[in-house]
Amino acid sequence: MNITESIILALESIVANKTRAALTMLGIIIGVGAVICMLALASGAKESMMSSIQSMGTNNLTIMSGQSRNGGVRGGMGSMQSLTLSDVEALRKASAIGKLAPQVQTSAQVKYANNNTNTSIYGTTPEYADIRNYTVEKGRFIRDNDVKGIKKVAVIGPTTAETLFGEMTPVGKTISIKGIKFEVVGLLKSKGSSGFMNQDDIIIIPLTTAMRRLMGTKYLGNINVQATDMSKMNTAEAQINKILRKEHKIKNPEDDDFRIFNQNEIMEMANQTSQTFTLLLGGIACVSLLVGGIGVMNIMLVSVTERTKEIGIRKALGAKNSNIQSQFLIESLMLSIVGGIIGIIFGVGVSQIMSALSTFTASVSVWSILMSFGFSCMVGIFFGYYPAKKASQLDPIECLRYE
Amino acid sequence: MIDVKHLNKTYVMGDTVLHALKDVSLKVEEGEFVAIMGPSGSGKSTFMNILGCLDKPAEGSSYLLDGKEVADMDDDQLAEIRNRKIGFVFQTFNLIPRRTVLKQVMLPLQYTPGAKDIKERALKAIAHVGLEKRADHKPNELSGGQQQRVAIARAIVTDPVIIFGDEPTGNLDTRMSEEIMAIFQELHREGKTLIMVTHEEDIARHTQRIVRFRDGRIVSDEKVTEQIDARDVLATLPEEEHT
Repeated sequence: MNITESIILALESIVANKTRAALTMLGIIIGVGAVICMLALASGAKESMMSSIQSMGTNNLTIMSGQSRNGGVRGGMGSMQSLTLSDVEALRKASAIGKLAPQVQTSAQVKYANNNTNTSIYGTTPEYADIRNYTVEKGRFIRDNDVKGIKKVAVIGPTTAETLFGEMTPVGKTISIKGIKFEVVGLLKSKGSSGFMNQDDIIIIPLTTAMRRLMGTKYLGNINVQATDMSKMNTAEAQINKILRKEHKIKNPEDDDFRIFNQNEIMEMANQTSQTFTLLLGGIACVSLLVGGIGVMNIMLVSVTERTKEIGIRKALGAKNSNIQSQFLIESLMLSIVGGIIGIIFGVGVSQIMSALSTFTASVSVWSILMSFGFSCMVGIFFGYYPAKKASQLDPIECLRYE
Repeated sequence: MIDVKHLNKTYVMGDTVLHALKDVSLKVEEGEFVAIMGPSGSGKSTFMNILGCLDKPAEGSSYLLDGKEVADMDDDQLAEIRNRKIGFVFQTFNLIPRRTVLKQVMLPLQYTPGAKDIKERALKAIAHVGLEKRADHKPNELSGGQQQRVAIARAIVTDPVIIFGDEPTGNLDTRMSEEIMAIFQELHREGKTLIMVTHEEDIARHTQRIVRFRDGRIVSDEKVTEQIDARDVLATLPEEEHT
């Protein structure tokens, strides 16, 4: 009995018990499908997270004011006001720093005609656009003159623009922020991000205007820094530490009243998070594949019992134990291979539907297809082995008597 | 062809030890046609299973088949003997459901490594039992007699040295039984060695020699004096249209 005949035999037996085979395969189909979907979902989430981080600009460092420490009470990050414009001037001398943009941030009610919305207001300088990768769709960005002249001009994000103006062009219109009138001079190009950290729902005004007219503060919220090069990120961080400690007269690094966020660290963190996420989802999916495998074993055991007589006949006609074993092993392998193939189609299909329905793309990798298919074949062999072994060791006389 | 000496077989069932065969010795020459008879529980089926290499005798037994000692062979060696040297015909036909006649008959050859012309040989065997027109039928489309003829075709397809029948006519009516016996007698005339278990005196008298068992021993072994020719009996039976 050669391998082709064994495969044909196994397929015949699967076809002869269509419903049962289909239900058995369903376990494998769902298992393989789940592995593919989950991994696609995880890698899609990772890609969207990465691109969202990338869209915030590259080689970025953010300096935030540190925590306030009033006796035992510890305030939140940025609760201590420590960064000033003189810090910014001092930092400009650092060699590893390319661009700097001090920033203050608040959120406020913004009105145009009868429309109003609550959005983030950023007060900053023209360099902010370069550091944070913002480009202007219409009109212009904040200029140095606007900052120097404390002008009441605003650049508006596309999401905010849609909320306030609908289909109308916002450039040239006057909006009111906290009751102060601002002229809209530019519309930002969409970054395409959404959900949390929506970089399109934003209004940018000159730093000075925000500090004096809107917030009445002397302190900066944070300072956005762009290193000259990707490789200079750590040098830049060291230089910032040195300069700011000198400016703030800090001797012990533990007393730092500022914190530096390195984009690389954030990326690394995001990477790790997504890896954990992938492992978790993949693990859950693998469990379902395992359960499918147990289903295969269950059915193979039933099949062995049901075909006891056939086993006896085959043995009487000269089938060796190994012939019987390979027959059942191939049958369970066929179940998982066919189930695996259907599962791949199912998994890829569901991933496509998921990407179509949600905001991020679920990307199916060849690797996940191969892995889940290989795993399902292994499940077929592993869980088919015991029933096949059992079948091969049956006593032919007992089998022939079995009714 | 068959030379059995001091064959013993015991079954342990709980506390009781059942002595199924007690020191049985028997010789069957090539080309003989032997019937084994006896009441149920006499050990004839156990004997048959051992002769057919489906079961192993107790230690110390000797069984020479075609000049080879098979009493102490392992499972795989016995399977090979069954495949190459032995053909089986059972009372309940034992065909595999849902497979065509051709596939049933091809099966033993598929377990023979290196077998060639499997389909041609199977078709020849089917023609031998007169079922060439039924090669594509499945067992449930055939009468009992036809199913048994398929089983005979399957038994002879490997050209075995010996054919065993375990009450091959037990489930058949008179006419079908005679048809089966006619085929057996035909095979005998062609030189095959045949051994069959039966409890019907009439059927046994189609053979040359009757060996009787009782309580695990051979109690008589005699030549059949007036052998019945199945063809003569068939001539006296009214024609039926099931073939």
